Amino acid sequence: MSLKALDYESLNENVKNCQYAVRGELYLRASELQKEGKKIIFTNVGNPHALGQKPLTFPRQVVALCQAPFLLDNPNVGMIFPADAIARAKHYLSLTSGGLGAYSDSRGLPGVRKEVAEFIQRRDGYPSDPELIFLTDGASKGVMQILNCIIRNQKDGILVPVPQYPLYSATISLLGGTLVPYYLEETDNWGLDVNNLRQSVAQARSQGITVRAMVIINPGNPTGQCLSEANLREILKFCCDERLVLLGDEVYQQNIYQDERPFISSKKVLMDMGAPLSKEVQLISFHTVSKGYWGECGQRGGYFEMTNIPPRTVEEIYKVASIALSPNVSAQIFMGLMVSPPKPGDISYDQFVRESKGILESLRRRARIMTDGFNSCKNVVCNFTEGAMYSFPQIKLPPKAIQAAKQAGKVPDVFYCLKLLEATGISTVPGSGFGQKEGVFHLRTTILPAEEEMPEIMESFKKFNDEFMSQYGDNFGYSRM
Amino acid sequence: MRRFVIGQAKNLIDQTRRPRPHHNNIRLLSLLASDPIPVSSSRLFSDMPGSDSSSSLPVTIDSINPNVLKCEYAVRGEIVNIAQKLQDDLKINKDAYPFDEIIYCNIGNPQSLSQQPITFFREVLALCSHTALLDRDETHALFSADSIARAWKILDQIPGKATGAYSHSQGIKGLRDAIAAGIEARDGFPADPNDIFMTDGASPGVHMMMQLLISSEKDGILCPIPQYPLYSASIALHGGSLVPYYLDEASGWGLEISELKKQLEDAKSKGITVRALAVINPGNPTGQVLSEENQRDIVDFCKKEGLVLLADEVYQENVYVPDKKFHSFKKVARSMGYGEKDISLVSFQSISKGYYGECGKRGGYMEVTGFTSDVREQIYKVASVNLCSNISGQILASLVMSPPKPGDESYESYIAEKEGILSSMARRAKTLEEALNKLEGITCNRAEGAMYLFPCINLPQKAIAAAEAAKTAPDTFYCKRLLNATGIVLVPGSGFRQVPGTWHFRCTILPQEDKIPAIVNRLTEFHKSFMDEFRD
Repeated sequence: MSLKALDYESLNENVKNCQYAVRGELYLRASELQKEGKKIIFTNVGNPHALGQKPLTFPRQVVALCQAPFLLDNPNVGMIFPADAIARAKHYLSLTSGGLGAYSDSRGLPGVRKEVAEFIQRRDGYPSDPELIFLTDGASKGVMQILNCIIRNQKDGILVPVPQYPLYSATISLLGGTLVPYYLEETDNWGLDVNNLRQSVAQARSQGITVRAMVIINPGNPTGQCLSEANLREILKFCCDERLVLLGDEVYQQNIYQDERPFISSKKVLMDMGAPLSKEVQLISFHTVSKGYWGECGQRGGYFEMTNIPPRTVEEIYKVASIALSPNVSAQIFMGLMVSPPKPGDISYDQFVRESKGILESLRRRARIMTDGFNSCKNVVCNFTEGAMYSFPQIKLPPKAIQAAKQAGKVPDVFYCLKLLEATGISTVPGSGFGQKEGVFHLRTTILPAEEEMPEIMESFKKFNDEFMSQYGDNFGYSRM
Repeated sequence: MRRFVIGQAKNLIDQTRRPRPHHNNIRLLSLLASDPIPVSSSRLFSDMPGSDSSSSLPVTIDSINPNVLKCEYAVRGEIVNIAQKLQDDLKINKDAYPFDEIIYCNIGNPQSLSQQPITFFREVLALCSHTALLDRDETHALFSADSIARAWKILDQIPGKATGAYSHSQGIKGLRDAIAAGIEARDGFPADPNDIFMTDGASPGVHMMMQLLISSEKDGILCPIPQYPLYSASIALHGGSLVPYYLDEASGWGLEISELKKQLEDAKSKGITVRALAVINPGNPTGQVLSEENQRDIVDFCKKEGLVLLADEVYQENVYVPDKKFHSFKKVARSMGYGEKDISLVSFQSISKGYYGECGKRGGYMEVTGFTSDVREQIYKVASVNLCSNISGQILASLVMSPPKPGDESYESYIAEKEGILSSMARRAKTLEEALNKLEGITCNRAEGAMYLFPCINLPQKAIAAAEAAKTAPDTFYCKRLLNATGIVLVPGSGFRQVPGTWHFRCTILPQEDKIPAIVNRLTEFHKSFMDEFRD
């Protein structure tokens, strides 16, 4: 009897080839241990609310009212909801074509897209067209939609930073394209050298690959670096010269923990550079409600803004979006609230600012605690988390450890992370999930555990690492930088 | 000096443990081949034969993925775009049109046409949205006691009560337990929460299965004609082949096994490997509810031919005729004695339809049974790349599958709302069906279920010629004329495919009851004048 349709052998190879380590082996093992009763600290994914960060009050009030509009008819509603939340709920409901339960326009509610455009304009100082903004069920869906348009076959290459957030490698794999890596420089604070880009592209082309697009993640994931304006200019010029679409993943734009390099959007820099570049370079910028100080991962809300994309292409992207009918409406309202938060004078303004600042300042402190904690270990080198939500320390593994890993049939950083998990309950993602240079090992953890628990977590890590090193170390011959 | 080694490539894309077939080498550029190339010579490559910098085009219509260009989705296609422009223009040029509003009968979007959500469901959702409410005394005056209890129960199943956190990629376990229990109560056969994958609506689940099943255009999926165009679009996007099987309009859109067999053989002779059979029950756009006997034949067919049965059952709560009943394919298969080893079955459900109509919340699930654990791992892996479906939609899916029970405080009002909506839909279906059957040249099968009527229109030759002159399909020509004369938005049958040479259109039964007489009048008037103009 021949193979059945859903036998493993008959599955689409692209599916089998794709990997997404963030919820891969380590996470599955951690979940098993959790079921057995072990206390697990999940630092494998940027999921703030799962680690105790509280949702901002105002948006939750507004959305609760939108979920149950009959509350707005109740004379007592003002007793438990502030007037500005009530007003805002009415505003967003008026933008819908039947409340949260009706499909919206496939690109998202026009009223919300207008608010997003206004936000972009305030942020960058340049006009933004709501017609070129599409809301999506999370930024990831937007990335997948755009890559699906770009990738035609395995000769199409996408430039992706290494280390990268594995949504990109997984999606390129699923779509049957080719990932063209460009290496970020760890010794230079994960900096981007345009020469690396040129080399990557040249070698790709020499192997018959058509390089179509370049991904930048700014601030970076897992690396956290914030790109300088000069760097962004170089990148945009490069994309212009090489005729690449720039995909700007800017989901961490609110998460900045140093003052030397504030966030500047790729769009702003592009517009600042003026014609002809500002009219030539094709750019798609992504944002989300999942990160920042909002952390509303479970809502699945995001958008992308298209710059210099021809109208007929925009139509095709719209067509594909329409097959999915519409992004979820609650998340669209979260997005509207994020881009137009309470203003000075609003009843909820003080509380909103207090909550937001509290979260951001704590994240800044936690970034420091973690970086310093890792750096205090002899065999660990950790660049400072300039932005985003992660720490990506390099673990220098001694040859005996690498040998033991091999014998256990595991990649060395997976081996280390599994041992860390079993000893301490700390669930991380091995660096191999993000890409790294040969012979260099990292792990990614988030900076999200509660501030009061951080010192204990870092101590726990240090204790494990010291024990690991005394078991496998011999004081010299570490894995190289 | 950096060294580029193929090992780095391997770090980015893990090896599968099985040897990969030749055509699927690691799709990561190997940077091993030569020494690092000096920067200045990068420009040389643009002149070299075999390099592609001149064709490294920006994203234009000529360079995007051809699968994207190929796929179509008529439900929100050309006619809707025209309607939206008309609607905008109506605001400023009220007198320019023979109608004063656009009525969207093109899409199953009940709440956009004033259908109200189920109160109990929204109470629970509101409490889960803003959990601080549960700590306040005033809440008891605003919410029913059982909605408060249910919210607590749900929140206890969510780690940290954090509704803003990503959940398990299959959906929150406790909610899947509730869904599995609901499936068991419905069918009388057990359901495993680990077989359930919660998705942002049913559509992403369909896409996931197409992705798994389709590797090339040699992979075919049997689809009903007429079909809901998600299937044709998804198959096109994934580069597969749609293998049509025609439903029989004369017998109330019946599904004949002989037709399935014929199409399967035909596909095989063309070198297509048919992988799955998609069945929509109740049907969209056709509205038929399959008989149990028919369903047994279909299950046997899939088992015999080794096909995955993709059972789109999103309209399972929409049945309007006393002589038909919904039976899930899972129940049918299990009652035939077929278990996990006998048939691969994927059942899709959504919160968008039924009597709840929560389209904008994007909630649904697929129950995947009859496949090995290594395949389940692959499905899980694909689901995990998108992390999880939206939590609010997950909560709603669990409520739909475990609604208030007799004795619950909200039961009476819940039942009244549910039955109010469903009985109204049944009335509207009947009224519109009767009205359409009165029109010259139009025959309309009854809507046994779902939310649509799909009448057949016998267009006169003159009309067909006029359509050809306008370079439009005849049914699109009719629908455009209808839109411009009445403001009513329908979807031409060509969007769903039909037996060649026949013409249809799809109209939803969703406008509120008080609007139905006006719709009937306008349709009737328009049709008469159309026939007067084009009658042979």
